[in-house]
Amino acid sequence: MDDRDLIELTPEQKRKRRTRSIAIALFLVGLVVLFYLVTIVKLGGNIASRAI
Amino acid sequence: MALVDDRSMTTGRVEWTGGSASVGDYFELLKPRVMSLVIFTALTGMVLAPGGVHPLIGFVGLLAIAVGAGASGALNMWYDADIDRVMSRTARRPVPDGRISASAALQFGVVLSVLSVMVLGVAVNWVAGSLLAFTIFFYVVVYTMGLKRRTPQNIVIGGAAGAFPPMIGWAAVTGAVSVESIVLFLIIFMWTPPHFWALALVKSDDYARAGVPMMPVVAGPGSTRRQIVLYSVLLAPIGVLPTLLGFAGLAYGAVAAVLGVVFLALAVQVARITEGPAARTAAMRLFFFSILYLFALFAVLLVEHLAVLHLAGA
Repeated sequence: MDDRDLIELTPEQKRKRRTRSIAIALFLVGLVVLFYLVTIVKLGGNIASRAI
Repeated sequence: MALVDDRSMTTGRVEWTGGSASVGDYFELLKPRVMSLVIFTALTGMVLAPGGVHPLIGFVGLLAIAVGAGASGALNMWYDADIDRVMSRTARRPVPDGRISASAALQFGVVLSVLSVMVLGVAVNWVAGSLLAFTIFFYVVVYTMGLKRRTPQNIVIGGAAGAFPPMIGWAAVTGAVSVESIVLFLIIFMWTPPHFWALALVKSDDYARAGVPMMPVVAGPGSTRRQIVLYSVLLAPIGVLPTLLGFAGLAYGAVAAVLGVVFLALAVQVARITEGPAARTAAMRLFFFSILYLFALFAVLLVEHLAVLHLAGA
């Protein structure tokens, strides 16, 4: 059994961990949206006027 | 390993004293007040730069510069936790206070540093990305690890790190470094020593206890006061250079000239009043005015330029 399996978090530690996890999730979603928008802006009208 | 080191044994189960950091504690690692000044000066550099950039790309650039600055703040707090712990001004920071472990601060800082440089390079351009990478390197390795504990010239040379953001903002738009962006750099570079030394005069006991060789600790308050005046003499005309070089108008020139004279007058007061509570008051007055000075200069540069663009478009 790993040492970590014995660790019992207090309700306060669990609450803090949950808010940290939510913040990381929001940060990652924000990054995905940002990269998507940057790609669209960088492509601009080029995608429409490309040689076929 | 932190999980094992921080625990305290109880019957059967194990309690762990770590893991109590809030999102706000991590945000504090980014030095939000410094970050706000970085955003403001970088934005000014962007707006003043000739040409234009798509608003979204500009926003991403500004965000990356801010996160890069915050990341270097986190790395500074990781490395300096031992001296932060003994100084009253910094003892409540998340790492010395025990809310965030040193290793967590290091990981947080490294991840955000790499991410901010990559985003700025890929989304905006690699001149700006390289400048941001150099700024983080300069602040963390050259200033924090190299100069801060070794020489009283620490904040003179290290001040360059704080002076780069308008240059990065300029490079984000133009893809190059120019005389104008160097002037913006110089304003902050020359402003840094009198700003920090005014505070160091008041907090010299703190720095001495922590073993940080700030100018008042090493050269004494007299020499520091003379050097504050010297840098203020250099700063006042550099503050007016944007007008003299033609990339700012007369309104900016007038404001910069008047504030430069006030800055110099307050610096002279710091040099003349050397004893008692009045000396402390004079130093703190210069410290607070220096913040107003830098903010006002960049605010007027920004507003004046936007007003000119608006009138030209009308």
